[in-house]
Amino acid sequence: MGKLPEILIYGFGNPGRQDDGLGIVLTEMVEEWTRKESLSNIEVDSNYQLNIEDASNISDKDVVYFVDASKKEIESFLIEEVIPSPKVDFTTHSASPGFILDLCHKIYGKYPQVYLFHIKGYEWEFMEEMTEEAKNNLDKAFQFLIMEIKQQIAK
Amino acid sequence: MGQKITIEPVTRVEGHGKVTIHIDNEGKILQTRLHIVEFRGFERFIQGRPYWEAPVLVQRLCGICPVSHHLAAAKAMDVIVGAGTGEGLTPTGEKMRRLMHYGQMFQSHSLHFFHLASPDLLFGVNGDPAIRNVIGVALEHQDLAVQGVMMRKFGQEIIRATAGKKIHGTGAIPGGINKSLTQEEVDSFLKGDDPLNIDKMISWSKDALKFFKDYHKTHKSIIDEFAEFPSNHLSLVRKDGALDLYHGVLRAVDPEGKIILHDIDYQDYNKYIEEEVRTWSYMKFPYLKEFGKDNGWYTVGPLARMNTAEFIDTPLAQKEFEKFKAYNNGKPSNKSMHMHWARLIEILHSAEKMKELLSDPDIQNGELTTKGTKKPEGVGLIEAPRGTLFHHYKVNNNDQIEMANLIVSTTNNNQPMNNAVNQVATNVMTSQPEITEGMMNAVEVAIRAYDPCLSCATHALGQMPLEITLYNSDDKIIDQKIK
Repeated sequence: MGKLPEILIYGFGNPGRQDDGLGIVLTEMVEEWTRKESLSNIEVDSNYQLNIEDASNISDKDVVYFVDASKKEIESFLIEEVIPSPKVDFTTHSASPGFILDLCHKIYGKYPQVYLFHIKGYEWEFMEEMTEEAKNNLDKAFQFLIMEIKQQIAK
Repeated sequence: MGQKITIEPVTRVEGHGKVTIHIDNEGKILQTRLHIVEFRGFERFIQGRPYWEAPVLVQRLCGICPVSHHLAAAKAMDVIVGAGTGEGLTPTGEKMRRLMHYGQMFQSHSLHFFHLASPDLLFGVNGDPAIRNVIGVALEHQDLAVQGVMMRKFGQEIIRATAGKKIHGTGAIPGGINKSLTQEEVDSFLKGDDPLNIDKMISWSKDALKFFKDYHKTHKSIIDEFAEFPSNHLSLVRKDGALDLYHGVLRAVDPEGKIILHDIDYQDYNKYIEEEVRTWSYMKFPYLKEFGKDNGWYTVGPLARMNTAEFIDTPLAQKEFEKFKAYNNGKPSNKSMHMHWARLIEILHSAEKMKELLSDPDIQNGELTTKGTKKPEGVGLIEAPRGTLFHHYKVNNNDQIEMANLIVSTTNNNQPMNNAVNQVATNVMTSQPEITEGMMNAVEVAIRAYDPCLSCATHALGQMPLEITLYNSDDKIIDQKIK
């Protein structure tokens, strides 16, 4: 087997606001799984929002999965490939995954393969307890992501 | 026919805000207002929770400056557990908190300068909006973009090391801190691989200041005349008058530099400061009671801190402070764009302070907490990146919080931001036949100088456009633009 791909799982959101913390919790679940499986090529990270320093954080990775809670009308979860985008959002105190990827390329000349994993959330108030529906979505998303990671490693 | 122009939302500012500008038939500016939706539910939410949870809970307020809320709440809880009012902590407790705070200041200010301010300076207020952003900076000034990214990253790593983690950090607890640093952690910051080490951060901080000063030499009108208006200035200062971002007494000066709030103990802040409610705004308007609503409003933040402090206790920043003071003839600067200059001096000061603290053995060893006789009420103030942040709590006999009052930096700057918008709109929009992209951005530049921050921890992915709506005097939409 050749060199294993360097993979980053990066959750973002605010776990103090109910389902907004879905990305963070999934990241913690993956971290536990990688520890059990002794997978040293998988790194996990998390923050409230993506920001410009994440261009550096993804620059030395082969594959990146950003994980976020979603208000979109989707099934339990959705995964999509991130296309680089120079578009600056309303607030650049947070940034979109496409923006981070574009900045990574402009500064470091690197284009890791980046995916955005949306997990459907429902409530966003100042509470730590996630909704039951979100927890169900989280479990499904976790199982899917594990499969994804295994496939990346097997390539 | 009179018109109302709405710029909504203001781009490159956290949260939601909009600007409305009323003009008459001749194009004269009649009224300007900056509308910011401030979330006020948090103070009710925290009622009934055990007081020791507050430093962690308050970080839910904001994903941009959680460290400032974390530390302000911890300082208030120090009072409640009898650990003194900011001066009673153990050396390790206080120094670890300061290191966390300087890390926060360093990363936040760096982000603002490189990401929000430098595009306007490099490409001009009237520059092509397609490149007037950090991607444009990355394309044309890659060195600056890299510096911004790595300075922000360094500050974030300091926060992670001192607060325990990046999200909902637990480092500061009532009466102190819950960890010290290991030798390995200290070495990683002092001697880390280039560029992630403190000496490089200090060097880049100096470079950023040089960049600004060079720009200033050739762009005096925008830096010195843009959104200039007289203001009072308020901040914490150390008891001997030094700049102190973590603790001190509360001082205010008038536009000429006369001290009008005389180094008060901030536990008594509500004897001196009142908050006015206006029907058209969700955000309150604080002012000094003694001078009333019309004359008692004040500015907070980096510029206010330069105007209230008498000196800076780190050598490189002190030299820059002296140049800043000399340029303003020893008087307070009332120039909004000098906010950027002040912010860069604070970046350098924070970097110097981080090196000082990382080199201090107390940061690795010593008692972490202290406590004394419990009190039912405590106030914690801190100089957050955007200005003075107030946290005030009362607890009952069951250790539950029964009252919380927060005055955040952006609220303190409500009136000056409105004044800045009015001044710029009057200058650039009066009698103009149409509202150009450059005019709109001029208004935004004035607001961005204050770096306003809103409760935005719940994010929404997707493009958030700039919406411009034109109303007639009957409040009917006659034009609308989205960019």
